[in-house]
Amino acid sequence: MSVSVRIPTILRTYTDGSSEVDAGGATLAEVLDDLEAHHSGIRARILDDTGSLRRFVNVYVGNDDVRFLDGLGTPTPDGTQISIIPAVAGG
Amino acid sequence: MSIATQHGAQSEPDASSPAGDDVATSSDLREGAFGNATGLACRECGHEIALGPHYACPECFGPLEIAYAFPQVTREQIEAGPRNIWRYKALLPVPDDIEQSPNMEPGFTRLLKAHNLGAALGIDNLWVKDDSTNPTNSFKDRVVACALSAAVEFHSKVFACPSTGNLANAVAAAGARAGIRTVVFIPSNLEKPKQVNSAVYTDSLVAVNGNYDDVNRLASEIAGEEEGWAFVNVNVRPFYAEGSKTLGYEIAEQLGWRLPDQIVIPVASGSQLTKVHKAFQELITLGLVEDKPYRVFGAQATGCSPVSVAYKAGVDAIRPVKPDTIAKSLAIGNPADGIYVLDICRQTGGAVEDVTDEEVREGILLLARNEGIFTETAGGTTVAVLRKLVETGQLDTTLDTVVINTGMGLKTLDAVSDRVGAAATIEPSYAAFTGSGVV
Repeated sequence: MSVSVRIPTILRTYTDGSSEVDAGGATLAEVLDDLEAHHSGIRARILDDTGSLRRFVNVYVGNDDVRFLDGLGTPTPDGTQISIIPAVAGG
Repeated sequence: MSIATQHGAQSEPDASSPAGDDVATSSDLREGAFGNATGLACRECGHEIALGPHYACPECFGPLEIAYAFPQVTREQIEAGPRNIWRYKALLPVPDDIEQSPNMEPGFTRLLKAHNLGAALGIDNLWVKDDSTNPTNSFKDRVVACALSAAVEFHSKVFACPSTGNLANAVAAAGARAGIRTVVFIPSNLEKPKQVNSAVYTDSLVAVNGNYDDVNRLASEIAGEEEGWAFVNVNVRPFYAEGSKTLGYEIAEQLGWRLPDQIVIPVASGSQLTKVHKAFQELITLGLVEDKPYRVFGAQATGCSPVSVAYKAGVDAIRPVKPDTIAKSLAIGNPADGIYVLDICRQTGGAVEDVTDEEVREGILLLARNEGIFTETAGGTTVAVLRKLVETGQLDTTLDTVVINTGMGLKTLDAVSDRVGAAATIEPSYAAFTGSGVV
């Protein structure tokens, strides 16, 4: 399984400045494991000490916030685009 | 963040931060550009970085807030200032010469003693803070004025926002007055008046097929990719959000330099409620008001009530929702400041409550018929929640209470257009009138 992951500005030091990287995995959790294997340290920025998504990180698989799907267990079919975006508010 | 890099804005990067590379050293950020602000501090982990167009903590993604070193500030100094938000400039991240820059000069809106509404609801002393009288008819002019100042100081070339409507109006107007290009993004199903109220000021209104959270996500991605863009509620959000503090300052000053006992505030992202609370705390710390308890209440529409749901469930986590309410200016399904709203309402002895769309309409009419104020759906939500808090015994009717009206009813006419209209249609004769049953 190969997916594309969009990387927010504040995490690009882990990806040598790349705004988008490829990764593998059948679920979001596996994709994050693969990201960590190639970009050491990045997973700890996205997950907290308990292994859950940090409160102020939004992750989208396709167009959907994974909090509306299965969280870290959300399936990531081949060719999926994943976006990691810091949470912001507005109005 | 790209704006800082492009313009070389801001000072030394935090070497420990993975974001350090994109915080450029400053050569053209002028002295005193942000007044008494000293840096950006993470609200979650306390990590500090230099002032710049940044909004997410490089350590934990938590929201960044402005840190200050306030000088001695007196009531007399404030009272000698202009009748707009800049009378509080010493408490905002703006330069001392802020009044010299073209801006909308918002704020110092009226605080009305609501005798009739108070009597109707059984509240002894009730006031309405009426922010519908701001230049573009909502409280957003306050926050946008602070964001505009930051955008100017960062030499941004585009002033932008994702918006549920009121913010788009305020950004488009402020950008026109300041002579900076604006681009505003809105959900494509937004009320027509709010679209027109933005489009008159800018030729770059972008309607996005999706809800506000979809628009917000798009804006966040653009902010990360495009150089020189100041998204008021994304990458300059720490500066923007501080503008809501002025609501709290004004309420205290207009009450005679004292805090209300209770205040009811609408909750969309939750930012306004947290900033009003912050303002009250700052006034106490600075010795400008007596330190006394006050209760903070949050108001949501049931069709988008993730904070109210969490409050009632007694949990700390906010579960995002897909909004489905006529109160579109409150329709943020994933409110970033929701957890802080929970903290504040619980700590102060307040509550978070929600009302149905039908109750929102009733709230609009309740305020209009009793006080002559035509509020939009957000204000209808807040007034309806005020009534519900009384009916359910959550609000003490003997205590001094303030309710905030954040916007103008002319922007959401559809909400009540089916509920009000001509009482009778008659021929132009006295007999027809007397026979109409109107009086």
